[in-house]
Order: sequence, then structure tokens, then C-alpha cells
Amino acid sequence: MLDLKGLQFRAAFFQAVRSFFADQNFLEVDTPIRQPLVIPEQNISHIPSAGHFLQSSPELYMKRLLAGGCEQIYQICRCFRQGECGRLHLEEFSMLEWYRRDADYKDLMCDCEALILFLQRELPGHCFPFDSARACEYLTVEDAFARYSSMSVQKALEQDLFDQLLVENIEPHLGKNCPTFLYDYPLELASLAREKEGQPEVAERFELYVSGVELANGFSELTDPVIQRSRFAEEYANMGMLHPSQAKMPEKFLASLTTLREAAGIAMGLDRLFMLFLGEDQLDRVVSFSAEELDM
Amino acid sequence: MFTASDLRKGLKIQIDGAPYKITHFEFSKPGKGQSLYRCKLRNMINGNQQSQTYRSNEKFEKPDLSERKMQYLYNEGDEYHFMDTENYEQTFITKDQLGDNIQFLQDNMELDVLFFEDRPIDVTLPIFVNLVVTIAAPWAKGDTTGNDTKPVTVESGYELQVPPFVVEGDKIQIDTRTGEYVTRVKE
Repeated sequence: MLDLKGLQFRAAFFQAVRSFFADQNFLEVDTPIRQPLVIPEQNISHIPSAGHFLQSSPELYMKRLLAGGCEQIYQICRCFRQGECGRLHLEEFSMLEWYRRDADYKDLMCDCEALILFLQRELPGHCFPFDSARACEYLTVEDAFARYSSMSVQKALEQDLFDQLLVENIEPHLGKNCPTFLYDYPLELASLAREKEGQPEVAERFELYVSGVELANGFSELTDPVIQRSRFAEEYANMGMLHPSQAKMPEKFLASLTTLREAAGIAMGLDRLFMLFLGEDQLDRVVSFSAEELDM
Repeated sequence: MFTASDLRKGLKIQIDGAPYKITHFEFSKPGKGQSLYRCKLRNMINGNQQSQTYRSNEKFEKPDLSERKMQYLYNEGDEYHFMDTENYEQTFITKDQLGDNIQFLQDNMELDVLFFEDRPIDVTLPIFVNLVVTIAAPWAKGDTTGNDTKPVTVESGYELQVPPFVVEGDKIQIDTRTGEYVTRVKE
């Protein structure tokens, strides 16, 4: 349980995040936490809620708002992922997501740097590990595997070892001396991201790391409804859900993509970012009540 | 059976017919990636350590472990004989398996013996044991070397550091977890 000082710092932190986006004319939005359909992603388990599901991310609703005419929007909300419990995982956690029209993943990397810099200025006494976020490291996934792991990214994918090598051999080196942007992910690991021009084997997707902690996942949005539909179908197939009654498509979302030319969006684990500003190393120390303290 | 989501520090699982204790555990899941359950494991029979990373779909047998209250009887060479205090069944544990615990064993001592299937694999001693000092250098009054402890040997042959006032024939209490002197025991 956070003490009064911790609670005050958490409140100031959330306030500062909101100021950052308000200052840049982002519109704060809120979308339904209970969703009738889940985004087909094979590695996420959703928590059922009376015929609906608790959101694992507000992504699809936020993109529909963007498609509906919003220029730049952000949201701070609770997200839920069943079975994810650990030092850096909570089944219920705070997510910050923001989306920009007419932008790509590089614009989002600039946003991340600016946000961290802003928070460092706004929160005196913080424990964020680096003085300035200006000097960031940019590392492609391919280079990261070549530098830190025993096999190339292609080999790792073939042998189903991508995640394990990333976690065990690569992540400990990321964000060590400055924030690291790990970017250009294999296309098959980015079902909602656009492929990179001239490099169709990778997607314009990145993850931000600080002190080995993965903070955010951002990408240039895939806005082609036909390709998006086939990517969803692939995810459903990977999950063993082949029948149309199971493999339900988010039709309204797919239809809305036609009005969205270019856009970029990012999801940031806000509890994790706050953890670094508070100088802690496990999430259950930075929330008002940890999983062990849920008992009423 | 356990599934990967049951894994946590302290859990005991069976791998290739041997019981293992998880000594370190971390759940990892890279963005959009698979859940990974990273464990450091200690083989409960031979003490060997290893690291393993498991995935969500993996399952684990529960090892057949049980703890019984037993009394130490005697040793015959490297075999140390114990008796179950409930059913009077006897069994022996080898010197190697007992390891450093031998230094604190006393006749008729009651302790907990851990069994894997029908095989004793470990003992848990009482936290404190009282042993008689058999060899101690006399305390030289006016010793100015500034040493505030001196070495002694107790009846089991175990050597430890004690305060200078402890003399031969004294009974002293030892903490079996640390092997350190606690206090002198008055009879």
C-alpha cells in the first residue's frame, strides 16, 4: 500500500502526464472498459464480465474516434490481462494511450522523449534513472539480436525463441545508460502495425525501454481494412479459432479505417513509468493496493 | 499436476523423476509476446541448481514429499539410523545426505525427516541444540590481545568461536541454522 507521500507523488505524476498532453492540445477521451468483442491477439487472455470482456487496451475504440475526425487524443484508463502477475505485471493496471493523425512511429518516439523530459522537470525529487531523456539510443530488432543474442532474429523466429531470447539476453541491456527505442519489429509480431516502406519484412513498430523495463509499445497504424482483416484472421487461426462464430471480426472498426489515412498510436504502461520515477523496482509497491492487499 | 501459472518461489515440482524446489521465480511477457515463466530450481536430492524457462502450456507433476517426526538412534559407519516416533519404523540416512547436520546430531534427538516417495532426502534439525564443550583453552585473565572470542570443540567434534569465559565441561547452546554460539546453559 502506498503511504501518503507515495499517493501524493502518484497524483502529481498523473496530473503532470495530463498537463503534458493538454499543453499540446491533445483531447482527453474515455471509452468503454467493457467490450463485447476482444482484439484477436493470441498472447492476451481477457477477463470475462457478464457477456462482455474487460478491455486489455482501448485501442480499437480510440482508433474509431480518430477515424471519426479527432486529430490527437489520449486516454488514461485501467486495463486487464488475465494471468499476468509478476514484478512488472499486474492483472489490473493503468494504461496511457495516445494517437495522432498524420503521424508515424517516429513522431511517437519524439513524444516519448518529450514526455519523459517534461515529467522530469515537473516532478522535483523524482528518481528517474537518467538526467536527461534527450540522448536516446535507437536500435533495430535485427541489430539487437545480432549484438546481444546467440542467433539472428530470423533464426529466433523460426525456432520460436524470439520472446525468450528477447527477455533473457537482450532486454537486460536495453535502456541501461539512456532510454532505448527498440524498433522495426518482424511483421508477424505486429498485427495492427503498418509495414515499413521498402522493407516489407518489418513493421513500423517500436518499444521503449528504460533500465531493462519495457515501457511502451507504439506503431504506425495499419489503415488498410483488407490487410487488417486478413491479419485478424491469421491471429484467430493461430488461436485455433477458425469458425466464423468464434472468429468474429470487429466490423465497425474495420469500416472506420477507410477514413483514416495515416496515423500512429502508442500504449504506455503508466504504473511502470511511475515506478521508475518513484525509484522502485516492482509494481506492487507503486499502486494504492497490490494484489496481496485486495482483501476487503 | 501443476500448470505454468502455478509456478512461484518455493513451489516444489517433479522433473524427470526428481523433486525440485523453485528458488527464484520471475514472470516475463515481452510486449505482444508469450508468457514466460523463468525459474531457478534446486534438485532436492543432490542440491544441483539449474535455470529453466517455461511456457504457458507446460505441466508439472507434483512430487510425492512428506515430512515425518523421527528420533535419531545411532550410526553404523556412514549410515545414520532414525526411528519414526509414530509407527516405530526405522530407516537410515547416509552421512553425505546429512552433510553439516551431523555436527549437531545427538542421541535420541527428535527432528523432521523429509521423504521423497519412500526415500529420506533431508532432515530439519531443532533450531537450538545444547552440546558439551570438550576442548577449550583456559581463559588467561588479563589477556590483553583484545580477542573477545576463542575457539572451542564440542562433544560432536564441531569447532566454533565462543566468549572467553566458556570452559571445558560447560554446556552451550548453538543455533543450528548459523552454527553459532548462543548462550551458556546452566544445568
